[in-house]
Amino acid sequence: MSLALRLEKVTFAYGHAPPVLRDVDLEVERGEFVAIAGPNGGGKTTLVRLVVGLEQPTSGRVELMVRKVGYLPQRTQAGIDAPVTVRELVTTGRASRTRLLGPLTAADRVSVQEAIDRVGLGPHADRRLTTLSGGQQQRAFIAKALAADPELLVLDEPTTGVDVEAQDAIAALLQRLRTELEMTILYVSHEFGAVERFVERIVLVRGGIVFDGPPSALPGLWHDPSHAHA
Amino acid sequence: MLDLEFMRLAFGAGIVVGLLAPAVGFFLVQRRLSLVGDGIGHVAFAGVALGYLLDLPLVLTALVVSVAGGLSIEWIRARRRTAGDQALALIFYTGIAGGVVLVSAAGALNVNLFQFLFGSILTVTRGDLAVIAALGACALAAIALLYRPLVAVVVDEEGARVAGLPVSALNSLTVALAAVTIALSMRIVGILLIAALMVLPVIAASRIAWSMRSTILLGMGIGLGSVLAGITIAYYADLPPGGTTVLVAAAAVLAAESWSVVRG
Repeated sequence: MSLALRLEKVTFAYGHAPPVLRDVDLEVERGEFVAIAGPNGGGKTTLVRLVVGLEQPTSGRVELMVRKVGYLPQRTQAGIDAPVTVRELVTTGRASRTRLLGPLTAADRVSVQEAIDRVGLGPHADRRLTTLSGGQQQRAFIAKALAADPELLVLDEPTTGVDVEAQDAIAALLQRLRTELEMTILYVSHEFGAVERFVERIVLVRGGIVFDGPPSALPGLWHDPSHAHA
Repeated sequence: MLDLEFMRLAFGAGIVVGLLAPAVGFFLVQRRLSLVGDGIGHVAFAGVALGYLLDLPLVLTALVVSVAGGLSIEWIRARRRTAGDQALALIFYTGIAGGVVLVSAAGALNVNLFQFLFGSILTVTRGDLAVIAALGACALAAIALLYRPLVAVVVDEEGARVAGLPVSALNSLTVALAAVTIALSMRIVGILLIAALMVLPVIAASRIAWSMRSTILLGMGIGLGSVLAGITIAYYADLPPGGTTVLVAAAAVLAAESWSVVRG
């Protein structure tokens, strides 16, 4: 299998503060479903921000072998006050695939509709986002990330604030995306929840990578979500 | 009323301003930058004063200085060298203080500055209307052409960066469009009140709209209605058109808010 991304000796610090991450080495192969876990403040979000290019390493190297990245940031609500429909939200995710000027092409509209259908929101495409449940809103944001037909999907805490049933639905959706689209998925969470059933690899981050392997090899206490906050 | 040329010129300029201000204001409001319009308005005052000092067309000097001020605000904000409100305060007060000093240096303190601060229906010339119509059409065309990327940035700026959009350029374009709007609007609404016309129609529209696109279009409709009603009231009641226009827009916000509460 070929690599989707590689981090070599990556260290990152915000300004002159002590490093948040130190000497991180990480390789992810195409098609892998990897959970990035660890306590709050451990550097999980920083790690994925480095991967998607929103931060530059203080030292070391980040290399992406895929061209298109879909990114769902931690703040999972539209940053605007105006009423936004599911279709309008998902269309903004298509921006990297379309020409800069002018309206969407017919092919782009089809891709947007496919992304909406893929997350099961077809019947709600023209509803305002705020009229949907928390889980449905989260699926709309996943559809936004999917609209660019990404090879790598990076999701930062995608199940925060949604109920257990919705978490299960999102985990199942991601597993289906991975199988059907052969997508590489990085899934950041401070708790594993339903996704632990699907991922084949867990990377624990606490200032650096303290564990990297299959969930079955994870030390027992890390399966307890309360440990994640320690 | 329309027999009078100055009223026809005022309505002509008002139509452009009423459509353009909310269209640009939408992107400022959604980025929580509503007060940027106020900051640029104060800088425009320095531009008017510079025009007096150099004996140049006031719309032109206000336009150049406003664009420079707007881009400065965005430059400081984007580099996070200081908090957004502090960057605004710096530009805000420097603009108004610079304007006072320049007006004084030009020996123009006796000039009726009131008309630039709060608008006047008597001041629009044919030349002004030509400039307002041409630049206004260009600004609206830029928004129409770049609508999708501009929306992508206001919805999720970081997501837009990851997607490879030229986010800094689009943000600079937004404040440049705001500066153009303010320079074009100062004859009718006044530089101290134009920011309200960029913000209030958008707030009113967002209470009753059903999508982002409908928010912009309704906002433009409310802005246009406010300016036309404001100029008409100003003519018959002998009031400054800027004040009447903004009060009409504020009434639209109250009406939209009430309708949204009733609708539930």
